[in-house]
Amino acid sequence: MTVDMSQFYEVFFDEAEELLAEAEHLLLSIDVESPDIEQLNAIFRAAHSIKGGAATFGFMDMAEITHVLENLLDKIRKNEMALTTEHVDAFLAAKDVIKMQVDGHRHGSEVNAEQVSDVAMMLKSLSEGNSAIPADPVIAASTPEPEVFVVATEKPALTITDEEKAKGITLYDVGLPQVTERDLTNLKDELALLGEVVAYQRGENAHALLVKTDSSADDIVSICSFIVDANALVIQVAGETAATTDSAPPETAPAEVTAEAATPAAEADLGYGFFDDDPIINAEATAADGKVKVAEEMGYGLFAENGKDQQEEGYGFFAPFKPHPDAPKAQMIGDDNAAEALTKAKEEVVAAPVAAAPAAQEERRNQSRRESDKPAATQNAESSSIRVGIEKVDQLINLVGELVITQAMIEQRVNALDPMDNEALINSVSQLTRNTRDLQESVMSIRMMPMDFVFSRFPRMVRDLAGKLGKKVDFVTSGATTELDKSLIERIVDPLTHLVRNSVDHGIEKPEVRKQMGKAENGTLTLSAAHKGGSIVIEVTDDGGGLNRDKILAKAASNGLPVNESMTDAEVYNLIFAPGFSTAEVVTDVSGRGVGMDVVKRNITAMGGNIEIRSALGYGTTISISLPLTLAILDGMSVSLDKSVYVVPLNLIVETLQPRAEDLKTVTGEGLMVHVRGEYLPIIALHALFNHPTQITNPTDGVLLILEADGKKSALFVDRLVGQQQVVIKSLETNFKRIPGVSGATIMGDGSVALILDVPAIIQMGQTTNYVTGGVAFSSQNYPTSKNHINA
Amino acid sequence: MSTTTEMNNALSGNAGSGLKTAAGEYLTFVLGSEQYGIEILKVQEIRGYDAVTQIANMPSFIKGVINLRGKIVPIVDLRIKFNLGKVEYNEFTVVIILNLNGRIVGIVVDGVSDVRELREEHLREVPSLVTRIDTKYIVGLATIEQEMLILVDIEKLMTSDEMQLIDSAVH
Repeated sequence: MTVDMSQFYEVFFDEAEELLAEAEHLLLSIDVESPDIEQLNAIFRAAHSIKGGAATFGFMDMAEITHVLENLLDKIRKNEMALTTEHVDAFLAAKDVIKMQVDGHRHGSEVNAEQVSDVAMMLKSLSEGNSAIPADPVIAASTPEPEVFVVATEKPALTITDEEKAKGITLYDVGLPQVTERDLTNLKDELALLGEVVAYQRGENAHALLVKTDSSADDIVSICSFIVDANALVIQVAGETAATTDSAPPETAPAEVTAEAATPAAEADLGYGFFDDDPIINAEATAADGKVKVAEEMGYGLFAENGKDQQEEGYGFFAPFKPHPDAPKAQMIGDDNAAEALTKAKEEVVAAPVAAAPAAQEERRNQSRRESDKPAATQNAESSSIRVGIEKVDQLINLVGELVITQAMIEQRVNALDPMDNEALINSVSQLTRNTRDLQESVMSIRMMPMDFVFSRFPRMVRDLAGKLGKKVDFVTSGATTELDKSLIERIVDPLTHLVRNSVDHGIEKPEVRKQMGKAENGTLTLSAAHKGGSIVIEVTDDGGGLNRDKILAKAASNGLPVNESMTDAEVYNLIFAPGFSTAEVVTDVSGRGVGMDVVKRNITAMGGNIEIRSALGYGTTISISLPLTLAILDGMSVSLDKSVYVVPLNLIVETLQPRAEDLKTVTGEGLMVHVRGEYLPIIALHALFNHPTQITNPTDGVLLILEADGKKSALFVDRLVGQQQVVIKSLETNFKRIPGVSGATIMGDGSVALILDVPAIIQMGQTTNYVTGGVAFSSQNYPTSKNHINA
Repeated sequence: MSTTTEMNNALSGNAGSGLKTAAGEYLTFVLGSEQYGIEILKVQEIRGYDAVTQIANMPSFIKGVINLRGKIVPIVDLRIKFNLGKVEYNEFTVVIILNLNGRIVGIVVDGVSDVRELREEHLREVPSLVTRIDTKYIVGLATIEQEMLILVDIEKLMTSDEMQLIDSAVH
């Protein structure tokens, strides 16, 4: 008879993680001085939802801590306690603990019990420290009260006429739990928005309100729930059979919310929308003694819906609910009465789930359903997306890649045909080209994810780090919706984390230092992402101290790196990427910027990206990472060398030119350079580099590609430009090995293989080897520039 | 190419024990005037030689890479590697595509002869020799119709450092 709850675990975990992330986001953005009540409520709802779910699924440890958290939150949002940063810290700590518990349940990872109890203690002491309510409601309410709340109603001072009734106005008797005077006043004021309200005392410490309104009972519950526990409300239609909200409080101490202890009502309470539209089961759980008891946990509102409604709302996704066999079942005593009462109660009651009487639903449609929005959204998200293994997507991308190649082949063949005779064919092929390109784009977009996935983890980190270092940092992100290939997203996290941490640690100065410098005490750390050409540019910018060129140079010199004063800033800044350039004390204001920076750089380079530093001493630093949009496809320029074709990544080509003889210069008769726009760039002859014999050995007969990588420019000398095209990158390493100067291979339109040049490596090779001038092919040549030899 | 110590090891260890397990089906091919055999299960397909893309700064026996239905596959010319047979490329040049534990490699040989089933009684030990193929890659010799068949552990050979087909860091 038991339902296998485990099938819903994943849903709960997903939802819990989502809620936690949302709560964290809200906590980070909250203004401690004047907290937005809406934000507090949202955080409270998140905690509340998690608690409900955790208890339902039997994760008592989570229910416990969320419960304590919820209590504290509750007091704050009711203004019983002022929000302090201490609270926010405690909430964040609690969030971490809950996340840890979720992970523990989900992945079996370790849960640090000590940390859990520490946080629980902290929350409790915070909660008690300023508590306005003497007794902890948990304890007060720890005995679930399965019976219908029968209240001896004292003389109400408000009456309702038949006439008013006919107009749809109802007199509700709202029984309140123990509340403070202030709350009572607040409640009264709030409810006054709905209609006439009169408060009266009934019994010791108990208050009740009479509300005369044309609104539904749900509206009353909604309003009250901001101030008091909705579950402790008892709402009756004065003078008629009472419908009340569930008396079994959600605060039921976790240990007691076992399946056995739970009353049917409590189960319903925690069961979200597990109940299907089986009226008998619903009735079992809810009707007793002819009185209708609504087992409705405020906010979940679901239970009050009939099956039809549930389906409409998308809640009907759970399997039919079977009450726990151990749970005491409320008998359907006098169910006839109940049904009768209900039918009458059309407009008045917080309708019972027995709402098999379908009439009672209409007016509840528009009730506030705050928390229920959440599962609804989740549900919608689930139905509009599917989970697919990444390898399936990759296979699809590969196949489309093949299709693109085949299509290019056809296009090539068709272009050789007479355009007059084959007009129809050529038109069809160009149509195919367009379709193929669209297909490719759509397929590629499957793997795309927004940068937000990465960015969202930083606000917390920055906050914690800044707190630890005694700094004040405003964290700003932009371009979080920029999309990037999933595999890149995953690989960018670590380098970015490192860079952000560096910026907070070493970039942004302490508040007092900033003050002295005439800057705002709060440093600003900006994380941005944007598309730029065929790549995505991610920048980490701080307005801190900036890099100190002199200190870096000195440090580099002492490390034995080849440096000189005349190096450009870009070159100097690049020194911090050198392995082992760990700076520590020596380069004080940038200390540590070198630590692990070589790893960052290596990671970025391995992704086919580039990293660049811009900095101004005293004003801040920007570290800019540019990455290809995807690893699978490259915009390339194909160039030829004799009969071979090579592909050069387009984004690294600054320009292409055919040099004039007078622009070619040498140093000591060697070291061929080209003079381009005032710069002398070394010429790297590809044929010499690759030992590839070709007819064209004089740069004036061929083409120079001005390449830029790692802040260095070089001119690559090739025979011809063939054309620009998108190529599908194939790894050489799958069946072969890494080849110096080659980053991969691709398949050209004719089915042949072309190698993709590894531009940074080639520039490096051009500088460190003697290929340029000492190559066999070159040394025997007579350059027209020989007359320009400096030493001639 | 090989040191004596390596050879001794090969003789005492690998070659001796290799005989026990060497029985099975072999694809035989010709290099020069010699018959070689490789385990049939390592062979994926046999195809002609065409459209090989050269790779810079590679030893001469690595001819380059081909597009094998979308996969980039390196091609090794064993004739050059072992200095056997006439090195020419025409429509009769044969490439044996090997699948070595997921890695795909093509080898150029003079010609493919047959598939042979070898039993224990066919197999002979490899005597101590100095050859272009390190004897540690030879699992045994076999006699078939008066001809000697050289059985090569092709996987071991192709993944060895001397073939330079794999990043040395990888293994």
